[in-house]
Order: sequence, then C-alpha cells, then structure tokens
Amino acid sequence: MEFPRPLAAPLAAVPIPLIDRAVKLMFKSLLRRHPGLFERLGEHKSKRYAFRPTDLPLVFLVEPARAAVSVMRKPADPAADAVVESPLFLLLALLEGRCDAEGLFFSRSLTVIGDMEAVLSLRNALDGCEIDLPRDLCAFAGPLAPLVSRTADALRRRVLAGEHAAWN
Amino acid sequence: MELICPAGTPAAFREAVEAGADAVYCGFRDETNARNFPGLNFSREELGEATAYARRKGTKTFVALNTFMRAGHEDLWYQAAADAVHLGADALILADIGLMAHAAETYPEQRLHVSVQASASNPDALNFLVEAFGAKRVVLPRTLTISDIARLARQIRCEIEVFVFGGLCVMAEGRCSLSSYATGKSPNMNGVCSPASHVRYRQDGSDLVSELGAYTINRFPRDEAAGYPTLCKGRFDIADASGYAFEDPVSLDVMDQIDALREAGVSALKIEGRQRGKAYVAEVVSALRKALDARPEERRALLARLRLLSEGQRTTSGAYDKRWR
Repeated sequence: MEFPRPLAAPLAAVPIPLIDRAVKLMFKSLLRRHPGLFERLGEHKSKRYAFRPTDLPLVFLVEPARAAVSVMRKPADPAADAVVESPLFLLLALLEGRCDAEGLFFSRSLTVIGDMEAVLSLRNALDGCEIDLPRDLCAFAGPLAPLVSRTADALRRRVLAGEHAAWN
Repeated sequence: MELICPAGTPAAFREAVEAGADAVYCGFRDETNARNFPGLNFSREELGEATAYARRKGTKTFVALNTFMRAGHEDLWYQAAADAVHLGADALILADIGLMAHAAETYPEQRLHVSVQASASNPDALNFLVEAFGAKRVVLPRTLTISDIARLARQIRCEIEVFVFGGLCVMAEGRCSLSSYATGKSPNMNGVCSPASHVRYRQDGSDLVSELGAYTINRFPRDEAAGYPTLCKGRFDIADASGYAFEDPVSLDVMDQIDALREAGVSALKIEGRQRGKAYVAEVVSALRKALDARPEERRALLARLRLLSEGQRTTSGAYDKRWR
C-alpha cells in the first residue's frame, strides 16, 4: 500500500526543519526503547544508511555511529554506504520485521543499492529488536499516547493486511 | 515426518518454534557454521536460551557445525562441539569426517547427523559414516530424484532428511568452488556462499544489475523478478544465446511430493533459509506445518502464497523430478 498522495503532497511544502525535528524526536524515542539496536551492527555501525520512500518527497539518512537521523527533501542525494528504496509503509514494516525483505527485493518492491553486507546486518539487527512502532512511539506522544497508539495500531493492521505480513 | 526449520537469529528461532517446527537448526556466530553471514547466528548464551525455550515447547534443537576444519585450528570446531553438547543440542549436524570422529569419541551419547555439506549420498559413504561414527541421519543433497532416494533408503542404515522448500543449491554441496572462485571465500571453509561483502546491486537505467566480486551475474529488466547473485544462477552468453547455464533464479518447492517422499523412506523434511528474516521463517514454517497436517488436495492452496517469497518469485521441484532441457 502506498502512502496516500493527498497526504504526501503537503510534505513538499512543510519546512524541512519541522519534519526533521519531529523525526528526530521519534528516532530518539525508539532508541531509548531499543538501546542495543545499533550495537548489533558491529563493524557496520560506522556506515551511513539512506532510506528513500518512493511515495514521499523525503530522504532519511541514518548514522548509527552518531545515533542520528536527518531528513532532506528530494532530490537530495546524501552520501551513504547503502541506499534502500521502497514505499514508506513497507519500510516501516521492515523496521518492525513484519515483512520478508528478500521477498520484497525479489518482487522489485524494494531496492537496495551499495553495501549489501551493511544492509543485511541492519535487517538482522532489526529482527532481533522486536520493534513495535505504536507501542514504542507512545512516549513521543506525551498525554496523547493512548490515542496515538490505538490509531497507529489500527492503521498498521489495515496497511499490513494488504501486504500479507507474517509474524506470530 | 518431522519438519526441520531454519533459524539465523533468536527471533527467527522463536518464530519457528511457535509456528510448529518439530526441530530448529541453527549455528554459532563463526566459521564453524556454513551460514556464517554478518549479523546472523547465535552466541553461546543465545543458543543456551534457545535450546531451553525449545525444550519447554517440545521442539528439538539441531546445531550445525558443518564447515570443514582448518588444519592447525581444529580447536575452534572442537570447542563449538563441546559447547553445543553442553548447551543441550539434540543433534550435531557435521560435515567434516575429522570432526565426526572427534564428536563420536568424545560424546558417544550425542546424536550425530551428516550434513548435506559432507557430500555423502551413496550407500558406501553413508554406511561407513554410520558404522564409524554412529551417524543417525543424513541430509541428502538436492541433486537426487525421489527414485534415487528410495533406492538409497533401502541400502542405508540411518534416517533420511531432505530439503523440501527454500533456496535451491544445484551443486555437489561441500565440493562447490564457484563462490570461492569469484570471491576468494569458500562456503565450505569460511561458511559463506556469495558473501554479502562481495555483492553489489546497482541500477543501470531501468535494469537492476547484480554483481559478485568482479563478475556481473545478472541483469534484470524492470518487470522481471530478481534473484540472488550466485554464479550457479547467473545469466550467461553462450554461443548466440543468453540464458541460464546451470539453473534459473528459482527456489525449491516439493511439498506436493510429500507422500512420495514418505513412501521413499524419508524421515524429515527440511526448510532452507537460515539467512532469511523472522517474517519469512514464520510464514513458511506455518504454511508447511499446515500443509503437512492437511489432506493432499488441500496442500496446493495452503502453499500458493509462498511463491511470492521465493527467489525469482518462482519455484521448481528441481532434481527431485528431473527433466533435462
């Protein structure tokens, strides 16, 4: 399922510092919940990973060594060891380990360019973390946490139903 | 028949157990393991937790120590065998005759399985391993027909395990040098076939180009399903034609032959895929468990979706139902 265009289009006008700030807060919240995530990367912790959602006008650059994320507007092409491209919801499902990355790659729904070893290490590290975005991002939402969690959970169920995501 | 399922991480291990595996096979995070990929596999502590978890759920744990020992460094493999036994492995899956001898002498009560990496697939070889080291089971290569397996079963004195789903290695496993030739790293010694460190995918216009070391393996047009960058599934220019010399980018699926395999004398069905993520393990194990327990006419529908998870999004019965081109 692709990110709805009517929702994606306004992102082209929202100031990047605002999006960057929101993404950094969510990223920090996620790392607080999973402090060992980047340690599992071993030698690949020093690599730079770019994520390019095909249905958003944005690029996300993750630098595990600095525990940092930054957001840029396309057509930015930041220097990265590996670039991963896919619709946003599939990237989020991969973050949670709910979709089979190789299956998506074989079907051409997911593109990986660059350092394949670094990307596989990241996939394996994510697999071990059992990330649950609706649960993990609650802290970021403050007093609205229960509402945000319920909404995100409902949205995820709807999106993943179309992707046949499997996870016990 | 037992369902033997792969796990490259503790998370995948738990998924396999929950999805209905009779046994889960896994290995340590080092070169004793023929799936020695970065970020995969188990520390000693993780394996201890996994075997304890499996035991509580009534599932067995098989530990693969299925590479060949390097002369002068045998202690790495001996220590791995000692740790696997100590941590409660229900079976050791071994390829190296020297390691089989060591394990049989040191841990006479430990159940030993002959890995597919041992390239043992005839009665003389297998009966020797049974008599010399007490091997209880052999994992056969994916190069035999079901008739071959049935003939073999009548002549050997151990159980037979065969691959039924997942990555399709079409070579004489344990002897293949294609990946070593291209990358300098051996699946049989270092535990990595087509190591990710030597793999590159790049876009060339709308084509996806896969490379292994200095070799271009394949070029996939925009609408064509992609595959792994292994030489055995590379697209070659031969005379005036371009095509697959050894095998297409395709995965194995012989679940529609379960009854024939049972009649042939097979005791256990193995799923390939320790390098795959937990979502794959969960879905494949769950589907195969249901298929095993279902009536034959129900199986095709239960397994239909698995093709989408397969290399090239296609499956084949491979050599089990051999037809020459």
